[in-house]
Amino acid sequence: MDYRTVLTTCPYCGCGCGLYLEVLDNKVTGTIPCKTHPMNQGKLCVKGWNVHEFVHNPNRLTCPLVRKNGSFAEVSWDEALDYTASRLKAAKERHGSRSVAFMASAKVTNEENYLLQKFARAAIGTNNIDHCARL
Amino acid sequence: MAGLAAAFGSGAMTNSVAELEDSDCIFIIGSNTTSSHPLVAEKIFKAKKRGAAIIVADPRRTQIASIADIHVRQNLGTDVAFINAMMHAIIKNSWHDTGFISQRTEGFEAFKENINAFTVDKMADVTGICADDIVKIAQLYANGKASSIVYCMGITQHVSGVDNVKSLANLAMLTGNLGRESTGVNPLRGQNNVQGACDMGGLPNVYPGYQPVNSEDVRKKFETAWSFEISKDAVEPDSSEEKSSMGLSADVGLTIPEMLKGLGDGSVKALFVLGENPMVSDPDTNHVRKALQSAELLVVQDIFMTPTAEMAHVVLPGACFAEKDGTFTNTERRVLRVRKAIDPPGEARQDWQIIQDLSSLAGYPMNYESPDEIMNEIAKVTPSYGGISYERLEGDGLQWPCPSLEHPGTGFLHKERFTRGMGLFHVIDYIPPDETVDDEYSFWLTTGRTYVHYHTGTMTRNSPSLNAEMSEGFIEINPSDAEELNLAQGQWVKVASRRGEVIVKIIITDTIGKKVVFMPFHFIESQANLLTNPAFDPTAKIPEFKVCAVRIEKMVKAQH
Ligand code: SF4
Repeated sequence: MDYRTVLTTCPYCGCGCGLYLEVLDNKVTGTIPCKTHPMNQGKLCVKGWNVHEFVHNPNRLTCPLVRKNGSFAEVSWDEALDYTASRLKAAKERHGSRSVAFMASAKVTNEENYLLQKFARAAIGTNNIDHCARL
Repeated sequence: MAGLAAAFGSGAMTNSVAELEDSDCIFIIGSNTTSSHPLVAEKIFKAKKRGAAIIVADPRRTQIASIADIHVRQNLGTDVAFINAMMHAIIKNSWHDTGFISQRTEGFEAFKENINAFTVDKMADVTGICADDIVKIAQLYANGKASSIVYCMGITQHVSGVDNVKSLANLAMLTGNLGRESTGVNPLRGQNNVQGACDMGGLPNVYPGYQPVNSEDVRKKFETAWSFEISKDAVEPDSSEEKSSMGLSADVGLTIPEMLKGLGDGSVKALFVLGENPMVSDPDTNHVRKALQSAELLVVQDIFMTPTAEMAHVVLPGACFAEKDGTFTNTERRVLRVRKAIDPPGEARQDWQIIQDLSSLAGYPMNYESPDEIMNEIAKVTPSYGGISYERLEGDGLQWPCPSLEHPGTGFLHKERFTRGMGLFHVIDYIPPDETVDDEYSFWLTTGRTYVHYHTGTMTRNSPSLNAEMSEGFIEINPSDAEELNLAQGQWVKVASRRGEVIVKIIITDTIGKKVVFMPFHFIESQANLLTNPAFDPTAKIPEFKVCAVRIEKMVKAQH
């Protein structure tokens, strides 16, 4: 048995409470609030206490999907990424950079948002990137 | 957050959450704090215990409203009228801070002249708040030694959203409640990393750190930093547009409502959606569906098969927060570490790796070894993150601006000067909501969150404990309205607006005012956003989720 706790940040609201995920054999099994965190000092709300629950939900996506003849087919990463990159490039070449748009996300990390806007601006050549801050 | 940026030069929360504890007066408007930001509410409870005056303006008697010293219910969409009337009372009684106004601000005279017209008595009629309450609130706020304003999407999700925020900025400047501890204008960010997504340039007009895309100098800086030569072949400048020779576009890009419109009229062909669910989160769902259906390419990268992903041509399985390293930036500008606890399920991959591979395949190679390395690049190109590194984030994290490795971070902004120099008073007039009630649609509908669920429910509704707590949508209605329509607790009703209709159960409660109804927006089966109005604020492009006109009909037969 391998039991660990990993200090991280709650993904639900803008408070950003600190919590430890309890990990048993590569499964997240529980949440412990961080006592020393500047935001929550040992407290969590109902969402934070249950934050580990959705992680192992059987409905999680586990394989890239590409629509073929109207329905999704499981494909390899190579196929999914080649297909996506070539279709994005094709849209740009045929209709111009402004025909491609990106939605960034308040749910992913800073590093991932940074890379997505860099991808949009440097690789595709468009500033068409926005996220749901307004929502 | 365009309103705050215009007034102060920076669009973020001015102060820190912990400072709320020491405020003398906390004015909460358009924030259901206990539901949406429970740990902020906790600081407000502590302040109350210390003797702070708590003022809440909200059409619903929320939990935070029930502990307030004064709770007023403004008519939906009349915030500017209310705040202007407060400021009218403050000036009339000389409760304003003339020293602060003359030393730290500009535009006061024009502002003052405009406020003249907003007499308390006149605005009492518009807002539905009695004149005495307006004056009392003005006095409490103005006379507190350190008064804080806290607001959330109840203020921004209106056609007048930016005006609402500018009015709050006016109020804080008028009374000198800025640049000191436990004061300020404090927007609570709705989702966990909204602040970070903005900071990182996930916006059509700015690079990371709010550096404008149409500034020649900024563009050159990024062309150098991103060694743009590599992709010369990959990026051919559009001949139709003005571009620098290397290719970074100088044109401000499209906002989400404009993207959806572009999909509809064919000017946008491909849409890449990272971790978002516009089918549930955006107003007027039928319009969103049509727009997404017209995409020639729709790519969705997410962790669940969301209603948006179901419409995609390609679905890329990403990793959730427990499966990756990185950082989030919370509502008080604090950069915090996210640490990988386990591996993603099945073939799913960390999102940064997916984007990096796509970029390389599209002709612009990226070769980061870890998120750590990405953060080092962020620090190099983003002045406010200049001193941030994973090493320094151990412990409490760091609040930006943190420009250098020696800098300790910044608890409250605008200490000696505003980011833009002088604080700018804006002249704000009252504009009524885009849609108003009439004989056919006689109820005001407002939307929001619940304490259990988060946004479109992608994560929380897949969490057994949370979903058990609240598994279906509902609409709240006042007892007297329910009686008039002959409705019983728990009964099904049809709610219709000019855009669509939904069938939903009613909850009869006097927490909601007369002729106003409330629906949460987490539930796809009874989706509030089939009803909401996509009319949006002209500057911030935030749709008016918080106000639309609806009709309520009793269902003859029970549902399900
Ligand atoms: S534990 Fe609750 S208050 Fe804290 S970040 Fe998570 S959702 Fe927000």
